[in-house]
Amino acid sequence: MNPGSQMPGSHDRSLAADLPRLALLSVLGLLFLMPYIWMVSVSLKPLDEVWRASMSLIPETFAIERNYGRVFREVPIGRYLLNGAIVCFGILVFQLAFALPAGYAMAKLNFRGRETLFAFVMLGLLIPAHVPAIPLYIAFAQTGILNTYAALIAPSTISVFAIFMFRQFFRAMPDELIHAARMDGLGEWSIVWRIIVPNAWPAATAFAIFSVVAHWNDLFWPLIAVSGKGELATPALGVIYFRTEEAGDDFGALMAAATITTIPLVAAFLLAQRRFIEGITMTGLKG
Amino acid sequence: MAGIVLDRIEKAFGETRVLKGVSLGFDAGAFVSLVGPSGCGKTTLLRIIAGLERADAGMVSIAGRDVTGLRAADRDVAMVFQNYALYPHMTVEQNMALPLVMRRLSAVERAPFLGRLVSGTGERRTAIKAEVAEAAKLLSIGHLMERRPGQLSGGQRQRVALGRAIVRHPKAFLMDEPLSNLDAALRHDMRRELVDLHKRVGVTTVYVTHDQAEAMTMSDRVAVMLGGNVLQFGSPREVYEQPATIEVAKFIGSPRINILPGEAGAEGRISVVGAATDAVAPRTTGKLDIGIRPEHLVIADDGLAIIVRHVEFLGSEVLVYARDTSGGDHLTVRLDPQAWERAASHETLTVAPQPGKLLAFDAAGNRVGLISTETAAQVQAHVPSRRVPRYV
Repeated sequence: MNPGSQMPGSHDRSLAADLPRLALLSVLGLLFLMPYIWMVSVSLKPLDEVWRASMSLIPETFAIERNYGRVFREVPIGRYLLNGAIVCFGILVFQLAFALPAGYAMAKLNFRGRETLFAFVMLGLLIPAHVPAIPLYIAFAQTGILNTYAALIAPSTISVFAIFMFRQFFRAMPDELIHAARMDGLGEWSIVWRIIVPNAWPAATAFAIFSVVAHWNDLFWPLIAVSGKGELATPALGVIYFRTEEAGDDFGALMAAATITTIPLVAAFLLAQRRFIEGITMTGLKG
Repeated sequence: MAGIVLDRIEKAFGETRVLKGVSLGFDAGAFVSLVGPSGCGKTTLLRIIAGLERADAGMVSIAGRDVTGLRAADRDVAMVFQNYALYPHMTVEQNMALPLVMRRLSAVERAPFLGRLVSGTGERRTAIKAEVAEAAKLLSIGHLMERRPGQLSGGQRQRVALGRAIVRHPKAFLMDEPLSNLDAALRHDMRRELVDLHKRVGVTTVYVTHDQAEAMTMSDRVAVMLGGNVLQFGSPREVYEQPATIEVAKFIGSPRINILPGEAGAEGRISVVGAATDAVAPRTTGKLDIGIRPEHLVIADDGLAIIVRHVEFLGSEVLVYARDTSGGDHLTVRLDPQAWERAASHETLTVAPQPGKLLAFDAAGNRVGLISTETAAQVQAHVPSRRVPRYV
């Protein structure tokens, strides 16, 4: 059934009845948003206001041009954003290309060793990303691919979390759908790309959000894989460079840089959110 | 169109033996039902015919060709599933066209943009569209072509699923309880429509159901399955009137057949709960289970006294649920309303089986042939030797 059709009614309820609930949610929302609000606020202030002992959210004098101008003048922030987009997109494409078929195979195909393989996937979930960092660094150094996009993308191309998540999602799909496809003459690859993937949008979108947020904000691996002045720095790394080398204690400019790197992600999320919800409500797998 | 032969099919899931050497064969164009309670292996057998499941042993042949080792896609059979299994993201037209697209277009021709560049793709797509439209017309779903499965009612989805099956003119249709998700009225209509469709298209159909009414009303032949075996394979009338075993007798027929303790006395004369009957089981003595269908009991002056416990008035008939006076056995009697009205008492009745309608089963559950006392006497008169009389 379409959950949208019985959304708890904003129409049949009066605003007054909703007010306490809305107030509570607003307060909580504000609490979570506070760091971001503070970030934006500081990015607008001149230095003396940043260091003032009293707290105020709205700056007395705006220093937008000074702070943001400094960021754009002194670091290739556009380049960092582009790097971030390339790396995140590259990672996501490979993750989906590997995890969707893998998830399908583990959910719906019967083959010897399937359970063992899945146990390894679960084991993979338990290993923190930091553990293989040093071996990977050495391997990349020896093959000479440090300081390339490949070095940034390669370690994250296989996501055990994605495999696990898609497996769980595909298990809920009726077997009959796959049986029908087999009888209709589809091979296993066709089943994945023609039947499974088009019905996996909600899961894929949810995973894409996790993946992009994680790698956009990732500082750890880029810090290792990319050295020097970094033509290849991702946004998070770029902010770090800016802090240490250019901005010093100029927190206004630093927050401006942080704001700039946050905006694309927020925008992308708001766009994806609409599709995300559409995806969920359109799924009528009972077909 | 093609006959199907199954030869000693075996299948086990882990320790559980689901099919224990099933053999069946039927001709092209037949409508065959596999009927049995849930867990009897009927769906597994259907999947083995379809090629979705691989048998541990045995052979499947369709249209004279051994297909045991073939993939489902290469067997050229179509299946209709209980939950329809339509592709949710495709329109009705795309759903129905997919089997043809997969078979007639190469991978390159199927590709979204590349395909247009290959010469001939356009014509083939047009041909597919025409065939889909034709199948849709047959099922009167032409007006639904642009909708998605989520926007259709249960009955409409069922038709689309049928359409997807017939559009490619397969050698056989396999149907796995296709009507069980529909409401009662619609199910009844669809039953007739399926039979009509079968008559028009004439494709061999294997129909799995747990609903004996579906099996009895739709099929040319019924295979009654229980515990991984086919107990009987025959026309609906045969399995009803001459069940091979007591299990078949119990499973087929609603309300259920009455099973009463009986005995074959001197010269095989049958008595039921102590009352003598005119039936004889030649060359048999000892305890037997006697089966009497509810409609084969009539109100009589002399016979079995029963206490009425519950009455269902159904308009065209009256079902009387009763116990015999000794308090032991449950009995169901199907009477026509006038007979019920004429009955002297509505609390206790005396009933007797109609002559020639008794079914007798031995200790192993197999049916024992019965003849009437008259025939037995004639046989005695004409054949003095101890030859086995031929059963009627």
